[in-house]
This record gives sequence, C-alpha cells and structure tokens, in this order.
Amino acid sequence: MNRLHVLGIFYRNIVLIRRSVPKLFGLFGFVTVALFLWGFITLWVQTIAETDVSVDFVLLILSAFVFWSLFDLSQRSFGVSFLEEVWSRNVINLFASPVKLGEMVLGFVLVGIVQALLAFFYITSLAFLLYTLNVWDLGLYMIPLFVNILIFGWALGVVTIGLVVRFGPSADILAFFIPFMLLPFSAVYYPISIFPPLLQRITFILPTRHMFEGMRTVITEGVFPLSNVFWASILNVVCVILAFLFLYWMLRQARVKGYLSRLVQD
Amino acid sequence: MTVASMTSALLRVTNLTKRYNGFTAVNGVSFEVKPGEVVSLLGPNGAGKTTTIQMLLTLVAPTSGEIEIFGKSLVEHREELLSMMNFSAPYSLLPYNLTPREALAVFSMLYGVRDYRQRARVLLEEFDLEELADRKIGKLSSGEQMRLGVAKAFVNSPRLLLLDEPTASLDPPTARQLRAKVLELIGKTGGGVLWTSHNMREVETVSNRIVFLSRGRVMADDTPQNLKKRFGQDDLEEIFITIAREPLREPV
Repeated sequence: MNRLHVLGIFYRNIVLIRRSVPKLFGLFGFVTVALFLWGFITLWVQTIAETDVSVDFVLLILSAFVFWSLFDLSQRSFGVSFLEEVWSRNVINLFASPVKLGEMVLGFVLVGIVQALLAFFYITSLAFLLYTLNVWDLGLYMIPLFVNILIFGWALGVVTIGLVVRFGPSADILAFFIPFMLLPFSAVYYPISIFPPLLQRITFILPTRHMFEGMRTVITEGVFPLSNVFWASILNVVCVILAFLFLYWMLRQARVKGYLSRLVQD
Repeated sequence: MTVASMTSALLRVTNLTKRYNGFTAVNGVSFEVKPGEVVSLLGPNGAGKTTTIQMLLTLVAPTSGEIEIFGKSLVEHREELLSMMNFSAPYSLLPYNLTPREALAVFSMLYGVRDYRQRARVLLEEFDLEELADRKIGKLSSGEQMRLGVAKAFVNSPRLLLLDEPTASLDPPTARQLRAKVLELIGKTGGGVLWTSHNMREVETVSNRIVFLSRGRVMADDTPQNLKKRFGQDDLEEIFITIAREPLREPV
C-alpha cells in the first residue's frame, strides 16, 4: 500500500470539507439536531410514563410522520428542482433567458404540487396498508394545515435556492438539511409543553409548530384548531415574503459579485 | 454576411466597467455591433471577454457604464431584450438528462416561441442533429453538445447573438459548416453577432470588425484589413500576440 496515495485521497477530501461552510454545517449540524430531537422525544415519553396518560401513540406518531414527510418533500422538491439545473450546468441558460424569477419559482411550485400530491397519496396509502392508519379519517379540518405545510415548504425551498446562489453547488446539502434543522423545534412528534418556557416563546415564530400543534388538536380533541391555523397562516405569509426578499437579495449579490457564473464552475 | 450598414447599433456598450474587490476585470470598454455585422471580441485569457459577455447576458452586474440593445437600456428592459437575443457558451451546457428534441422545445418555450415542437424540429434539421434528436444530451460528444448549444441559440430567431467560442470542440469541417449555418441564419434576421474565438483564421473569416481586449481595456477596434495595415502584419495571430504582450500600450 502506498501511503502517499491514501494521504492524497485524505487531503483532497479534508480540503473540500475545510473550505465549504455547508459541508462543515452538514458535518456537525445533523448530529446536533438529532440530539435535540431525540432528547425531546425521550422527555415526552418520560412525562407520559410518569403521568400515566393514555395516548394513541400510533396515530399521533404516524400522522406526524406523514405530515412531516409532506413538508420535507415540498421543500426538497423545490430545492432539488433548482439544484438539478445547477448539477446539469444549465443554470446559466436559465438566468440568461427572458424568464423572470417569479416565473421560475412558479414553475417549481407546480412541480412541487404534482410531487407532493403523488407522494401524499402514496404515503397515506402505505400507512393505511401497513398500519391501518387512515389520514382521511382526520377529516376536512386537516386541509388548511396541509396547505400551510406545502406553502411553508416552498418558502424554505426559495431560501434554499438563495443559499445555493450565494454559496454555490456545495450548498446542495442545505436542501436536505434545512427541514431537518426545524424538526426538533416544530414539535412534530411531541407537544410544545415539553420545551423549556424560553424555547416555547422562541418557537412561536415557526409556522410548523402551529401546524403540528393543530394536527394534534384535531387528532386528540376532534375540533378545528382555529388559533393554530390562524398563526400558521399569518406566519406563512410573513415567511413567503421574507423568503422572496432573501432570494432577490442573494440574486442581486450574485450578479454584483459574479457568483452566478461560479454556479457552473464549482 | 452583408456589409455593416450605417443604421443604429443593435448593441452599444459605453464605458463598461466591472470591478471585484479592487480588481478591475473590465475597464471602460466601449464598442458597437450594427445590423448585419459580426464583431469578434478577442483577447488573451483574463482579458475580460467572458465578463463582458456575462454582463451582456445580465449574469454579472456592471460596476458602471451603459449597455444598450436595440436602443434600449438592458437594465430597464431586461426580459424584453433577452427575448430578442440569445447566446451559446461552452461553460453553459444544456440539461444532460433531456434529449436534444426536448431541450430545444423547452428553450423555445422559455424564449416565448408558441410553436415550440415545430421550432425544435426545424432546428434539429438546420443543424443536422436529427439522428441525435432522441438521445440523452449527456451521451453526446462535446462537439455534438456544442452544435446543439448553437442550435439552442437560434430558438427565438435572435437579432443579436452572443457566441463564446462556438467552435472550440469541433473538427475543422464541422466548424466550417457551423460557421456557415450561423452566418446564414443570422443573415436572414438581419441581426448581428458578437463572437469570441481563439481561432484567428475563424475570426478573419467571419468578422466585419475585431475588438481586441487586454487587461479589461479595448486595445484596438477595427476591420481585420485595417488592423493588419496598422500593425504591419499579414497574420491576425501575430497582432494578437503583439497586443497580448503589450497590454499597457495606449489603445489604437
């Protein structure tokens, strides 16, 4: 075995990781977020065990999983649609064409709707076949939550595009990481009462927190979660506006600093 | 190609400058492309050709200066003007997972061509790509991809064409065919071409005028014949080398 060959491979990859903020983020970020997630899940399980409250775990966890998957997919399909143009080195053709940014985003939204619907029908059918979980039993109350989940996913998709425009193709890891980063703080698999008081206040700004709280209200109480839907919708509008402003700003910066041409060179 | 007319310029670049953190990539560049004209933008690596073309495509924002296309400001009429021009560059490939037929249809749509399937068919025929029409672009040779890239540049029958080294990966007969096709098609629209190449024979064949750039500045802007007289050289390549070696000389 040639030590230099091994060192060459090692050096090449270390240089790559050292120079890439998104790669460093992926290296430490996933494990940090997973630690938060499993910590909160454990806390919730412990609380339930101590209080002896009867909870339909299967329904809560699986419904949360189905809805989270939908959110994850809506964000990812959006980000990956753009990344596909970067990976195939077609992105310059798009930005040099008469296509407006809003038209490009709307095209990605349409792709996202098709993918989300297909995935939703697939995952709900699979959940029914495997666990007899019928998400449709939850009724029409879920529709506003469903729509809000999609919209927030797209807003984060717009942010992902902005980050890829700024940091280049190496930021592709963010397309997969951003939803995961929100997972522990969105109270997907446990109620927000598990969070410390300060975190409860901070996470109020996350639309996903209200969506999943609303989902649990529908499942456990069978009532329309008006407050949750209201806050999720308001925060979503703010997030969509901020996401577009962020993308416009990133694109402007990219044009000034020449990052766009770098998208096909990295 | 018709001789350049005296009508107003299709493209007018005035004092175009691009600075990045203290480095000046393009420094007060001015030139024009008139209807029926092929203007070659020449210069050594790092002269500012690609940055100039990227500013014309709105990929890079100028630090200062004006770009007017068809008499309108590119900043103020971006979408309108981009729909009337097009480009091909070796660093901008078409999606490898589409076929040439699909890619030409997609780009026809992006440039607002209603009959996009028909347009794709016509271009496949014009650029002799019919046999490759339903193969994945990723499986085409670099020369075939380049030919397809130039075909894509004609989806909207542009009146201004920016071609960045359009024949770089082509063998001489194919390059000759492609040059002839480009000149034929752009001649039909009465448009103009801004052409970059490192092939001096090609430049001499296609150009009505040559703009020499060096270190971001225009060092010469004239017809190939006049340039040869001024520099006392029979060969454009010698003029290129002279200008590239003496980048700080005053513009001619």
